[in-house]
Amino acid sequence: MLEQELQIRRIDPEAMLMHEVGIANSILEAGHRELALRPGSTLVSIGVRVGVLSGVDIEALRFAFECLVAGTSDEKVRFVPESCPRTNRCTACERAFPSPAGSPFLDAPCPYCGSTRTQFVSGDELDLAFVEIEEPSS
Amino acid sequence: MTVIPVEKKVLNENQRIALELRRRFQENNVFCVNFISSPGSGKTTLLEKTLAGFAPDEKIAVLTGDLQTENDAKRLARYGFPVQQIVTGGVCHLDGKMIERALEPWPLENLDVLFIENVGNLVCPASYDLGEEAKIVLLSVTEGEDKPLKYPSIFHKSSLLILTKVDLLPYVPFDIEAAEANARQVNPNIEILRVSCATGEGMERWRHWIANRRSASRRQSAAERVTVL
Repeated sequence: MLEQELQIRRIDPEAMLMHEVGIANSILEAGHRELALRPGSTLVSIGVRVGVLSGVDIEALRFAFECLVAGTSDEKVRFVPESCPRTNRCTACERAFPSPAGSPFLDAPCPYCGSTRTQFVSGDELDLAFVEIEEPSS
Repeated sequence: MTVIPVEKKVLNENQRIALELRRRFQENNVFCVNFISSPGSGKTTLLEKTLAGFAPDEKIAVLTGDLQTENDAKRLARYGFPVQQIVTGGVCHLDGKMIERALEPWPLENLDVLFIENVGNLVCPASYDLGEEAKIVLLSVTEGEDKPLKYPSIFHKSSLLILTKVDLLPYVPFDIEAAEANARQVNPNIEILRVSCATGEGMERWRHWIANRRSASRRQSAAERVTVL
């Protein structure tokens, strides 16, 4: 049995980050990891896929990214987000379809067979899609 | 110019830590749930009532996250189980690393149930896996019944929705049927409980939910161990 205890843990103030700033920072770090594998190259753009169910707002993320790179050597790096819809699969006819009008809700029957029995497939992603680099001219 | 395709999660590092936490929880038979809601929906009160219902020799522990203050830990520590406050100092969610560090002083083999009370926020905690068995989202009847539609991510990722403060239903315009329909529109598989910590309504069903999920998760880990052998 654990002893009764009351512990307080404080997070390093350096880590004080707004949600989207933390995520923008992870995106930038991931870009630099790819860059480190190709010495002498420079970072041109970073592409990310943001699902409508990811809980991340693209405009807030763009703003956070721009604030992070401003005045640094990454200032010219372009942030290229792609919004991804919710996609569902019909359990009757097995075909996949996006929720209409970019809606995060499962609010439509299958457009192929009309069945309302559908399963969630994707739309909660927050993924790096690509990193674009400029290689040194030889 | 070269475009390099990268197929990785942005929060890859958090995901790695969360998977490791989940593995450790399963290995040690620790049943871990992550409570998420807006500030003031009743996470701490529900936890207080829940802790009060466990026998004193049960191996329960609580991690509670807040931007500031140790108030919640002080409230929860009164029930005799170990409680740790994580003060995030401005960070709007708990992440895997915070949980990993907080668990350092607690040997997992001495633990059966870990309750994690996330920072009061319906947005950011949805993005951070903590290795939990289930996310539980709370919505109180003094809020809007359209919250599942406004914050679909967390309702989509939660296994259980607990509608709290249902004793107030006669005094507020909250349409509980609409709230449940909204949650199911985002997540058709979500389980729903109606609870009042003031009157005790629904608490029995909530305790059953925990007991059922605990035994289901034990059976699953046992089956996985057999598969590994």
